[in-house]
Amino acid sequence: MEQLVYKRTSLIRPDTSSGFCPGCMHSTVCKLIGEVIEDLHIEDKVAVVFGVGCNGLAMNYLTFDNTTSPHGRACAVANGVKKSSPETIVFTYQGDGDLGSIGLGETVAAANRGDNISVIFVNNGIYGMTGGQMAPTTLIGMKATTAPQGRKAELHGYPMHMCELLDSLTAPVYLERVSCNTAANVIKTRKAMKKAFQNQIDGKGFSMVEIVTTCPTNWGYSTLDALTFLEEEMFKEYPLGVIRDKTEGGK
Amino acid sequence: MARIFMKGNEAIAEAAVRAGCRFYAGYPITPQNEIPEYMARRLPEVGGNFVQGESEVASINLVYGSAQTGTRSMTSSSSCGISLMSEGISFIASARIPAVYVNVARGGPGIGAIQPAQQDYLQATKASGNGGFRMIVLAPYDVQEAVDMTYAAFDIADRDRNPVLILADGVLGTIMEPIMLPEEKSPEEVKALKDAKRNWALVGHRPDEKRAMIEPGRFAGQEPANIENAKLYETWDKDIQVEEYLIDDAEVVIAAYGISARIAKSAISLLRKDGYKVGLIRPKTVSPFPYASFANLDFGKVKAILDVEMSIPAQMIWDVQYAVRGRCPIETTLRSGGEIMGRDQILKAAKELCER
Repeated sequence: MEQLVYKRTSLIRPDTSSGFCPGCMHSTVCKLIGEVIEDLHIEDKVAVVFGVGCNGLAMNYLTFDNTTSPHGRACAVANGVKKSSPETIVFTYQGDGDLGSIGLGETVAAANRGDNISVIFVNNGIYGMTGGQMAPTTLIGMKATTAPQGRKAELHGYPMHMCELLDSLTAPVYLERVSCNTAANVIKTRKAMKKAFQNQIDGKGFSMVEIVTTCPTNWGYSTLDALTFLEEEMFKEYPLGVIRDKTEGGK
Repeated sequence: MARIFMKGNEAIAEAAVRAGCRFYAGYPITPQNEIPEYMARRLPEVGGNFVQGESEVASINLVYGSAQTGTRSMTSSSSCGISLMSEGISFIASARIPAVYVNVARGGPGIGAIQPAQQDYLQATKASGNGGFRMIVLAPYDVQEAVDMTYAAFDIADRDRNPVLILADGVLGTIMEPIMLPEEKSPEEVKALKDAKRNWALVGHRPDEKRAMIEPGRFAGQEPANIENAKLYETWDKDIQVEEYLIDDAEVVIAAYGISARIAKSAISLLRKDGYKVGLIRPKTVSPFPYASFANLDFGKVKAILDVEMSIPAQMIWDVQYAVRGRCPIETTLRSGGEIMGRDQILKAAKELCER
């Protein structure tokens, strides 16, 4: 007897194709978002606040309520939505430039207040949409169009670790860093996202899932070499794992 | 309803709550601090939310988020704080979201002075953010008018799905006056106002509900949105509010808005006693501007217009010049940088023009 074991999420429009570059993990992240929303049966009460950057391309094919915030302000917009419509499950979808550079203030303040929102944070260590400028998360030595000799600590400072930074605050309930480079890690990412959404449903407060991803186009690598760089260099700077989990009254 | 004695900032906040405002976010800045302070204690009483934003930038974006749920939402600030909100206001105008904000203006540019001024006129009326959007801008001249305009602003914002600005100043924010408060909307009315926006609100919809998309995403490109917005702006002639005071026989017409107009009115009563034929045109909406009131003056009779503003250089004078088109001289009497307009200087300037 035939049994359906896998299907495309219904929250991605069937009539559009992805605008993401080959090898970009935003596609996977979007798919997982759709699947998690279906798992939790919150299709009719979910809303996403996009940051500005490649993530915003997803507005063209995700079917549920969405809005775009000014660059960096997604957490503030999402908190405004949540305060005035508590029954809505609202999450932000932001890149590293949006969340960790221009939006640093809004991110830290939302985490510090313990706003009951979920944050999906895609960290690829570079500005993708604008064409490869240095991000707060760019690795030491990594070339960017605005750091043509590579990032130098004495000139540019060091890569920022957003999960660890937010871990210095009291309020956040859940911070985890994951990736989508292997099937096992995709499953972990899916679980982490589901937990971040569930925490909001349960009224527990601020959750963030950081997904360390590739940007073959702006890193200047083939999709396979980009994966190697991700695993050998990015994971060294941004080790995967649970940074904080107070969900069950833990740390 | 009884008359009560209230400070301008608090009266504005109470009027907003009575109009159904259920969300306020703001950041401390003088001279408007009583608005967030009042909201912090008042909004929880009516089931609303107050958030002290970490900055003006965050505050306007909290309002942008809240207002997208259909909830009547407001922020306030002063001058340099309003500048920080420009990007968010532009996004609100782009997304066609109803929201109200108040500028209790102070001196400028930069940090300027904490005292009252009218130095944000061009920013308020012509370019409150990037991209060439427009807003209805209401300019009260006493606390009662600030109350009535704030109350009405929420209706206008909902009607047009556009931000509305109350352009006040530090005098109106901090002065205490007897006022009549408008009727408070009931919880049922407040809920109905929110529910009426559900078809476009960012609250979550079933896939088959076909949410009316808000910007971005309503159109295939930006230009169609600009065209639709321009059509809205063209409907605002009906919204022009102006006070024409003793202009029928006037030889000198004072052009002034807000607190300067109130001081000018006081000067006119003295001038009239001495036989000087001086009148006043007071824009109550500075956007849309009452150009017709100036254009329709009898320039056979009017010797000159006296533009009275708390801004050096003058700013509203550009709109007055546009309407008058050189048909009579336009002179100025000005203060700036937190110095309040003096009645005596208006008397002196008006007399000189009458005796010309």
